[in-house]
Amino acid sequence: MILDGVDLTVEAGKTLVILGGSGSGKSTLLRCMVGLEQPDEGSVSILGKDLGSAAPEEVAELRQRIGMAFQGGALFGSMTVAENIDLPLAEFTELPKSTRDIIVRIKLALVGLSDAVELYPSELSGGMKKRAAFARAMALDPEVLFCDEPSAGLDPVTAAGLDRLLNQLKEVFGVTIVVVTHELDSAFAIADRIALIHQGRVLISGTPEQVRECPNPIVRGFLDREPEEQPVHGKRFREWMTEAEEAVD
Amino acid sequence: MSEAFVGPFRGKPFRLRESIRQLLRAGNDSLPLVALIAALMGTILALQSAYQLRQLGAAHLVADLVAVSITRELGPLLTAILVAGRVGSAIAAELGTMKVAEEIDALTVMGIDPLNFLVVPRLTGLLIAVPCLTLFADLVGILAGCGVGVLALGFGATGYLNDSLAALVPEDVWGGVLKAFAFGGIIGLVGCQQGLGTEGGADEVGRSTTTAVVRAIVLIIAADLFVTALLYLRH
Repeated sequence: MILDGVDLTVEAGKTLVILGGSGSGKSTLLRCMVGLEQPDEGSVSILGKDLGSAAPEEVAELRQRIGMAFQGGALFGSMTVAENIDLPLAEFTELPKSTRDIIVRIKLALVGLSDAVELYPSELSGGMKKRAAFARAMALDPEVLFCDEPSAGLDPVTAAGLDRLLNQLKEVFGVTIVVVTHELDSAFAIADRIALIHQGRVLISGTPEQVRECPNPIVRGFLDREPEEQPVHGKRFREWMTEAEEAVD
Repeated sequence: MSEAFVGPFRGKPFRLRESIRQLLRAGNDSLPLVALIAALMGTILALQSAYQLRQLGAAHLVADLVAVSITRELGPLLTAILVAGRVGSAIAAELGTMKVAEEIDALTVMGIDPLNFLVVPRLTGLLIAVPCLTLFADLVGILAGCGVGVLALGFGATGYLNDSLAALVPEDVWGGVLKAFAFGGIIGLVGCQQGLGTEGGADEVGRSTTTAVVRAIVLIIAADLFVTALLYLRH
C-alpha cells in the first residue's frame, strides 16, 4: 500500500504544498487527485464532484476546470510551444484561430516566454519547459492548478522565479494550487498550508508556521535535512563488507 | 470496460486533418520502398517461374503466374511486412516515448481521450494506406515482371500485359485488398497497443518497438492464412 489514511482538504484560492521525501507517496497522491490513478479505498472530490462516482461526461467537464503542470513539462514534442498551449483551446472552445492565437500569446507572456512561441520543446531549457507547461495548464483558466515538482532540477534563481509565478497566479487569478515537491525553500515560499507525507501517511497538515514548530522527530528530521541513515564509520563499513562477501558466496 | 469502446468517439468526433497527416505519413513516405521491393519481387518471380514453367513447356504462362501470385499473395503480404517495419515500429516508438514522457497522462488530465486523439487517426491512416500501397505494389510488380518478360523471355509488352489482365479475376484484386485492409488494422492496433503499454524508460521503448514489429508480422501471416482459407473455401 502506497498511501494510507490520507485526508486532505484544499481551500479555494489557497496553495497546498504536499511535501515529502522520495518514495513517500506524494506523486501517487497527486495522480489520485487528478484521476490518473484510482484509490483502492476512499474518495477524491474536486470542485464538489467525486471523481470515483462521477459519470464520464462529468469527469470530462471537470477536467476542463483543472490544469496540471507535469514534472518534466510533458509538452508534446511534435508541436511548437504555441501549438501545445493552443491544443486545449482548440479542443474545448469554439474560438476562432485568431482569438486563440492572442490567448496563447497572453499565456506565454504571463510565464515570461513571449519569445518562445515558435520554438519546439526540444529547444527549451528545463526552466522554460516548466514555464511552458504552466502556460498550457493555464490555457483554459482553470480553477485548480496541480503542479508536480515544479522546481525540481532547476537552479535556485529559476526555481525562485517559478515560485513567484505560482504566487502571482494565485493572487491575480485566484487559482487554487496544489504543489507536490521535496524542495523546502519552494514549499515555504508558496504554501498557505503544508502537508508532510512520510511512507504514505500524512504526518502533519497545517500552516507553514505550524509545520516549522512541529515536534514530530520525522518532521524535524525532514526540515533539518537530517538523514535517517547513520553516517558511515569504520565498523559499519566492515559490516557491509561482510554482508557483501556473504551475498556473493 | 465500456469506456474503451465509447471513449474514442467522445469529444471531437473524427480528426480528419490528423488522419490525413497519418495517411500521408504511412502511405506517401512508404511509396519508394514499396515500389523498390515490389519491382524486385516481380522481377525475381518472373525469372523463377520462367525457369520452372519452361521445363514443363508452359513458359507462356509466366505472365499469368506473376499477376495472380502478386495480386493474391505477395503484393499484400510484402507491403504489410514493409509497413509493419517502417510505420508500425514508428508508431510504437512515438507513442512509447510519449507515454514515458507523461504526454499521454497530460492528454488524459486535459480531458482529451488518447484513443480518440492518437489511435483513431493512426488506425484510419493505415486502414486506407495499406490497401492503396498494395494496389500500387501489384501494379509495380506486374510491370517489373513484364520488363523481365520483354527483355529476357522474348514476350511482347502488349501481349504480356494482356495475358496478365486476362489471368486476373476480380476476386484476385479485391481479395488482396481485403487482406491489406486487415493487415493495416493489425499494424495500427499492435503498434498503438505496444506504444501505449510502454512502462519505464528508453530501453522499454526499444522493447515495445521490437515487439510491435515482430507481433504484427506474426499476426499478419496468421491473418493471411485465415483470409486465404476463407477465399479458397468459397469455391
